[in-house]
Amino acid sequence: MRQWRLHPLMMLLPVLAAALAGRLLPVWTLSLATVAASNALVALGIVILARTGNVSFGQGLFFAAGGYGVALVANAWGITDAAAQMLIGAACGGLLGLLIGPLIARYSGIFFGMLTLALSMVFYGALVKSTALGGSDGFNVGRPTLFGIVFVDPREADFMLYAISVVTTGIAGIAAAILFRSEFGLVSLAVRENNLRVEYLGLSANRVIVANFAIAAAFAGASGAFALMAQRHIDPQFAYWTTSGEFVFIAVLAGYQTVMAVYVASLALELVRSFSNLYLPNTWQLVLGLFLLAVILFLPRGIGSLWAGKPRRSGAPAMAEPVPERGGAP
Amino acid sequence: MTAVLSARKLNKRFGAVIAADELSLDLAAGERISLIGANGAGKTTFVNMATGYLKPDSGSIALDGADIGRCSPRHVARLGISRSFQIPQLFIDLTAVENLAVAIAGARSEALSPFAPAEARGRRAQAIGLLQRFGLEEQADRPISELAGGVRKLVDIAMALARRPKLLLLDEPTSGVSAEEKFATMDRVIHAVAPDAATIVFVEHDMEIVSRYADRVVAFYSGRIIADGEPQAVLRDPDVRRYVTGGQR
Amino acid sequence: MNLVLTIVLDGLIEASWLFVVALGLTLVFGVLKILNIAHGSFYALGAYIAATVVTASAAHHLPPAAGFVAMLLTVAFVAGAVGVLLERGLLKMFYGRDEVVLLLVTYAVFLILEDVTKLIWGVNPIYATQPYELFGNVAFAGLYYVGYDLMLIPASAAIGFAVWFGLNRTIRGKIVLAVIHNEEISLSMGVRVSRVYAAAFGFGVLLAATAGALTAPKISMQPGLSSDVIILSFAIVVIGGLGGVEGAAVGAILVGLARAASVHLMPQAELFVIYLIMAAVLLIRPEGLFRRETARRI
Repeated sequence: MRQWRLHPLMMLLPVLAAALAGRLLPVWTLSLATVAASNALVALGIVILARTGNVSFGQGLFFAAGGYGVALVANAWGITDAAAQMLIGAACGGLLGLLIGPLIARYSGIFFGMLTLALSMVFYGALVKSTALGGSDGFNVGRPTLFGIVFVDPREADFMLYAISVVTTGIAGIAAAILFRSEFGLVSLAVRENNLRVEYLGLSANRVIVANFAIAAAFAGASGAFALMAQRHIDPQFAYWTTSGEFVFIAVLAGYQTVMAVYVASLALELVRSFSNLYLPNTWQLVLGLFLLAVILFLPRGIGSLWAGKPRRSGAPAMAEPVPERGGAP
Repeated sequence: MTAVLSARKLNKRFGAVIAADELSLDLAAGERISLIGANGAGKTTFVNMATGYLKPDSGSIALDGADIGRCSPRHVARLGISRSFQIPQLFIDLTAVENLAVAIAGARSEALSPFAPAEARGRRAQAIGLLQRFGLEEQADRPISELAGGVRKLVDIAMALARRPKLLLLDEPTSGVSAEEKFATMDRVIHAVAPDAATIVFVEHDMEIVSRYADRVVAFYSGRIIADGEPQAVLRDPDVRRYVTGGQR
Repeated sequence: MNLVLTIVLDGLIEASWLFVVALGLTLVFGVLKILNIAHGSFYALGAYIAATVVTASAAHHLPPAAGFVAMLLTVAFVAGAVGVLLERGLLKMFYGRDEVVLLLVTYAVFLILEDVTKLIWGVNPIYATQPYELFGNVAFAGLYYVGYDLMLIPASAAIGFAVWFGLNRTIRGKIVLAVIHNEEISLSMGVRVSRVYAAAFGFGVLLAATAGALTAPKISMQPGLSSDVIILSFAIVVIGGLGGVEGAAVGAILVGLARAASVHLMPQAELFVIYLIMAAVLLIRPEGLFRRETARRI
C-alpha cells in the first residue's frame, strides 16, 4: 500500500473547496452536511482523547456548556457573529475541560468513562430543573450573522452555517492529523499503552490526559455552538446521555485510525437518519441499530479500515513518514 | 567519594511482611553495585523506594543530598534516577524507535510539542543511536509486539538510558536470557550504559554475572543488609550462603 | 416527623422497583461481564406488554386481580424467552472480541427496541391503571398511601431474597456464583458456562421487564422510558457495586431515598442528586459501596 506523504496542511485546499461547493448543493443537503460536520467535530475530540486510552461517554456536558454559554452571551450581549459564537463555545467547553480534567484524569478506562457520563447527567439534571434557563424547554436565540453581514434569505443563512461548520471542522481535522504525528501525539499513545512507564520516563501522564481532554472538550463546545446556531434553540437534551452516546457511536464507527473516517461515519449517520425519517418515519433508530450491527460484524476496525488497510507490520517506517494508521492526512 | 544515593534507616512493611528493616546504604558515584537476595528479601522494595514508586514508612533516602523519599516516580526520574524492569515495561504497539522517542521526549526539559513531528530535530537519529549501542538498529521500525523477550529487555534498558541518569537501576537485566547468551548480553549492556550512567546498580540472581560485573555486592535478607563488600568476600560469607546463594560455590 | 416518614416511605417505594431493575442489570454484568444498555428497553417492554394485557383483560371484563396476575405471568414468560433468544441468537456471536464491541451491540439493540416499541404501541402515552386499585388505600399517621405502592416494598424484598437465596443456597445458584467469580476455572471444572450465560441473561431481562410490569399501573408508558431507566439503574449499580445482590439493594435504597428527599426538600436537585452520588462514589470508592472481593489473577 502506498504511503501518503501529504502534509496535513495541504488539506486546507480541499476543505475550502468543500465549503464553497455548498453553493451548488440543494438546501436539504446543506443542513444535513452541517449537522454531520458539527457531529464529526465532537467525535473527532473523542478519538483524540481515546488515543490516551480514555473514552468519554459524557461529551454532552461540553456540548451543552458550549451551547448554553453561547446562547446566554448572545441573548445578554447581542453577540450574533457566527465565528465569535463558535469561539465562545469552544472556550466554554475548553475551560470546563481544564477544570474537570485534573479531577478525573487519574482514573483509568472504565471509571473515567463512567465519571464523564455521571458528570454530564448531573449537568442535565441541573439544567432540567433550572427555571432561569428555561428548564426542560430551554430557550431560543436569534439568527447568527457573520462579520457584520445579516443573512435574510434562509438559503444564504444555511450556506453560511454550512461553510463555517465545514471550515471549522476541517481545520480541526487538520490540526488533529498534525497532533497525531507529533511528539505529543506519540506520548499520548504511550500513555494508553503503559502510563506507569511514561511516569518513570519523567513525563506526566495526567497532564497529557488533561490536555487531550481539554481539546476534546473545546471541540464539543464549538460543536454545541453550531448546533445552537442551526436550531436557534437550546435545551437540556444537549447534555443527555443519548446525545453523548451518539457522538461515541460515530467515533467507534469511524475506528481510531484516520481522521477522514470520522467525517464519513458522521455523514453516514446523518444520511441514514434523513432517509429513514423521509421514507419510514419512526424507524431511523431501528435502521441505525441494524447498520451498527452490520458494521460491527463486517468491519470490526470501523469504517476507516475500508481504506486504511491492515495495521502497520514490519517494514513500514512509522516515524519517517505519515502513515494513515496514525491519523495522518488520507 | 561522595554518596550518590544515601538511604538511612528505611522501614517498610506490608502487613506482616517486613520488606525493609532499618535499612541504611550508601552508594558512591561511579560504582557498579549488585543487589542480591532471595525473592522477598527486599531488593525490589529498595529499588521501588529509590525510584519513588513506594514511600518508606520511616527513614530517609537522598539523591546527592536531596531528600527524595516523598517524590513521585516522575520527579525522581527528573532528578536523575532511571530504572529498567524485570518484566520489560514497553509500549507494545509502538515500534522500538517510537519507544525510544518517548523516552527521549521525557529526557528533555521543554514541554511536549504538539506540532513538530515525533521524528523532527534529529530525534529519530538520537533514538537510532541508542538502539545501535545495543545492536538493535535493525529492529528499529518493528513494533514491540513482534520482538522477542531478550530484545524487549534491551529496549527497556535503552529507554532508561535516554536521560543519561546519575543512577541507573537495572532489575534483573539477564533474567529470561538463555544461559549461553547471558554474558554476551551483560557485556553489551554494561558497554552500552557505561558512557552515560555514572552509577550502575543491578539486581541479579545469577552469581556468575554478579562476580564478573560488580565492584561491590550488597546482600539482602528479610529487609536487612547481611553483607556488603567485594564480590568474592560477600559470596563466600556464611550468612549469604545460608540465606541467598543456598550453599552453591 | 411526618416528613421523615414520608421521605422514607416514598424512598422505599421508589427503591423497590429500582432494585428489581438494577438487580437484573448487575446480574447480567456479573455473569456475562456485559453492561446491557438495552436493559431499560426491556423494562419498557415489560411495562408496555403489561399495559396491553391489563387493557385486554379489562375489555374481557375479568376482575383486576386476574388482570394483574395475567400481566405478570405474560411479561415473565415473554421477557425470559426474548432474553434467552437474544443471548443465544445475537450476543453469542460477539463473545471473545473486545469488550467495547458487546457494549455497542447492546446499544444497537437499545436503538432497535426503541423503534420497535414505537411501531407496536405508537408514540402516545398509554395507561393501565386498573391494578392500581387492587390493594386499596392506607391511611396512617396523617399520611395517605395507595396500597399498591406499599405492596411494592415487600414484593421487591421477596424477589431480592429469592434471588439471594437462589444464588447462595442452591447448587445451581452456586454454580452461577462460580461463573461470576472465575469463569475460566468454572469452565475447566465442567460447568456449562454457555447455559449459565443464557439463563442469567434471560433472568436479567425478566427482572427488568417484571419491574416494568409492576410499575405500569403507576406510570404512563411513552417513548423515552427506556433511556431514563437505563441511566438510573446504571447509576445504582455503580453506586452499589457491580455484580452483587447486596450492592443493587444498597444502591437502590440510597437512590430512592435521595430522590424522595430532594423531591420534598430541594426539588431542583431531584434529577441530578443521583448522578452526583454516582460521581462521588466513583471518585472516592470506584468499585462501589458494596464491592465484591475479586481474587487476584497472576
